[in-house]
Amino acid sequence: MSKIKVSGVLKAVVKVRGGVKVDHHKDTAELEVVRMPVPKKVVLPMQQHIGAPCTPTVKVGDTVAVGQVIGDSDKFVSAPIHASVSGKVTAIGNVTLPNGAVVQGVTIESDGEMRLYEGIEPPKADTLEDFLKAVRASGLVGLGGAGFPTHVKLNVPKDKNVDTLVINAAECEPYITVDYRECMENSWDILSGIHIVKDMLGIKNVVIAVENNKPKAFEMLKKIADSDNMDGDAIKIMALESKYPQGAEKMMVQSATGRKVPPGKLPADVGCVVMNVASVAFLARYIKTGKPLVSRSLTVAGSAIKEPKNIRVPLGTNIGEIIDFCGGFCEEPAKIIAGGPMMGLSIIGTDLPVSKSNNAILALAKGDAAIRKETDCIRCGRCAAACPMSLMPTLIERSMKAGNVEALQKAGIMVCMECGSCSYSCPAKKPLVQTMKAAKAYLREAGAKK
Amino acid sequence: MTELKNKLTVSASPHVRSKATTQGIMLDVIIALCPALIASGVLFGLRAIAVSAVCVGVCVISEYVARKVMKRSNTIADLSAVVTGLLLAFNLPSGVPLWIAAIGSVAAIVIIKQFFGGIGQNFINPALGARIILLTSFPSEMAKWEAPLSWKTQVVTTASPLASMYNESKQFTTENLPSLTDMLLGNRAGCLGEVCAAALILGGLYLIIRKVISPVIPLTFIGTVGVFMAIKSGFDMTFVLYQLLSGGLLLGAIFMATDYTTSPISFKGKIIYGIGCGLIASLIRCFGNLPEGVSFAIVLMNILVPHIENLTTPKPFGSVKEKKEKKVKEDKAS
Repeated sequence: MSKIKVSGVLKAVVKVRGGVKVDHHKDTAELEVVRMPVPKKVVLPMQQHIGAPCTPTVKVGDTVAVGQVIGDSDKFVSAPIHASVSGKVTAIGNVTLPNGAVVQGVTIESDGEMRLYEGIEPPKADTLEDFLKAVRASGLVGLGGAGFPTHVKLNVPKDKNVDTLVINAAECEPYITVDYRECMENSWDILSGIHIVKDMLGIKNVVIAVENNKPKAFEMLKKIADSDNMDGDAIKIMALESKYPQGAEKMMVQSATGRKVPPGKLPADVGCVVMNVASVAFLARYIKTGKPLVSRSLTVAGSAIKEPKNIRVPLGTNIGEIIDFCGGFCEEPAKIIAGGPMMGLSIIGTDLPVSKSNNAILALAKGDAAIRKETDCIRCGRCAAACPMSLMPTLIERSMKAGNVEALQKAGIMVCMECGSCSYSCPAKKPLVQTMKAAKAYLREAGAKK
Repeated sequence: MTELKNKLTVSASPHVRSKATTQGIMLDVIIALCPALIASGVLFGLRAIAVSAVCVGVCVISEYVARKVMKRSNTIADLSAVVTGLLLAFNLPSGVPLWIAAIGSVAAIVIIKQFFGGIGQNFINPALGARIILLTSFPSEMAKWEAPLSWKTQVVTTASPLASMYNESKQFTTENLPSLTDMLLGNRAGCLGEVCAAALILGGLYLIIRKVISPVIPLTFIGTVGVFMAIKSGFDMTFVLYQLLSGGLLLGAIFMATDYTTSPISFKGKIIYGIGCGLIASLIRCFGNLPEGVSFAIVLMNILVPHIENLTTPKPFGSVKEKKEKKVKEDKAS
């Protein structure tokens, strides 16, 4: 393995434009990740990632063990699904995802043993090809919330000249603290994960980016990187201004390297690969043990949760059971969110399984969930100032209302990442992100008609 | 587990919102206008407060009635009518008959604001639009300048500084002008809210600190007038200072030109708009028949805002400049 050395503390290269200062609510930051007892049953949706859904490879009545593949797809942009508990497949049917989509799901009744699948062994990962195959087999997707299959991300076309690996530990969404816990508890995994990706992809520079509201994580990462103090290339640890959406991929690339990812392009187009800190740490553990992605950490918090926690659960665990494990509700919840408060999805009930990209469950009491009355736009421009993508949400809303396809195209709304900064900052409480989503769909439709 | 279905709120993200509200913003503007209101009371007496009260009252009632008649939601709680009322009053001489102030208020709210769809939809600033309507309808009443502090002594009408800046041979002279300190404190003739420069600047600073307005428009507006006047007078700084402190420049630049609805959103747009306002105001002051041109300048630039906006809409993040893009396309084509 190549040698890495820390070149010291760095401030962000550039301040990113836009964004909003949100209340952090990181009350669970100092709570160690606890393991939840093995659930009686898990429901594993066949779509836990961006890309093609998987098809079940098991039948009702099959006995499965932890880490056994139970769903796969022959499409490239997809990631296999593994059994997260050992036991018996009791049903294969439809499950509803937090976003309302209905997909196939495999229900496994647990035998409580958490028996590991025999076929599990450290994967062969000597060449890039083998490595990428292994990453695909691990079922790893971006654990920061997007759920993009990691093997696709790491399969950088040869002509892209990727020279920088950016490790995203910004965790800019309020409430969520699992990435922070990853930094504090599994920092060595992060370091070895970095080595693996760096060597496999032949990347020279590594930047670990943390928001400056997490000084302890910063110190911890610096310590482990310092201890790796042999000559050679350097890992830089960077403190970013804590401003939402600092952790968004394009913002992250700009803060860490000063490069701007053009609309419709990927970080690889400007020579960067961005990986979430938990994803890279998982990768290290996987290469060592061969145990695929069968569990994940998530933050359970919010004003209606009795005992907020950071917990590690088998994938497919029922959200209701997780909340019960956290002491249940201390008051009646008015809103339950899968994910963070800025981009997470509010769900209709707790009878949903945890999926790979689900980094938090928040239950908000009445006061926090109140929807305030929408009033007329006063053109104050706060949405435009907050937009990290330099869009003008209020003008886009007008064009959308008028159904003006040409104006919408000119406005460049396809770069919108739906971060929510515009809606957050709007004094008229307009649902601007919703309008942006609708406008994108409208444009796609208009494009399809042509 | 209790059954939660149908009890949970399901809505689009984000699930947290900032505390800012339209009402809060308008309240901040009202607070920022208070120093000038108090100054007007001190300078022009109860009469000034009466004019302000009439304007605010009639504006709020007009807003309520207009919305009611048009079968729209009641919007007086957003306080924007109060702001309009105050700003209109600030643009009237203290000697104006109260019924004229009332007509102006109705015109501002009903014709200029509600006819075009209410808050956020008017294409010119309601208070300025109303002022122009009044100026052209009642020119003599609108020029009833009372000497400040005259309520203590006796009513004296006087000329505003902009009108008495020049002698018969059209040379700049401070002979008939109040001292610069008086200009700063407001001891000079003029509309009731525009005279006290110190109070206006104080209010402006409050708005900037509270991030209600960005300083771009006031600075470019006032800066342009300053530069223009400096060049015109051959860098006679006394002349420049008198120009900056007289008329409605500060009131206009800080409170009227920064009106959200009628000014551009983008940074570049704000600069163009501010410079445009400054230029037109200076041109009217120096070469027009009217002594003052701030209101007209702002209204003219208000009308141009959609065009400025079209020209200055920022490119989405990471966009390559158009020329480069074309080149890339051509390269690909070849």
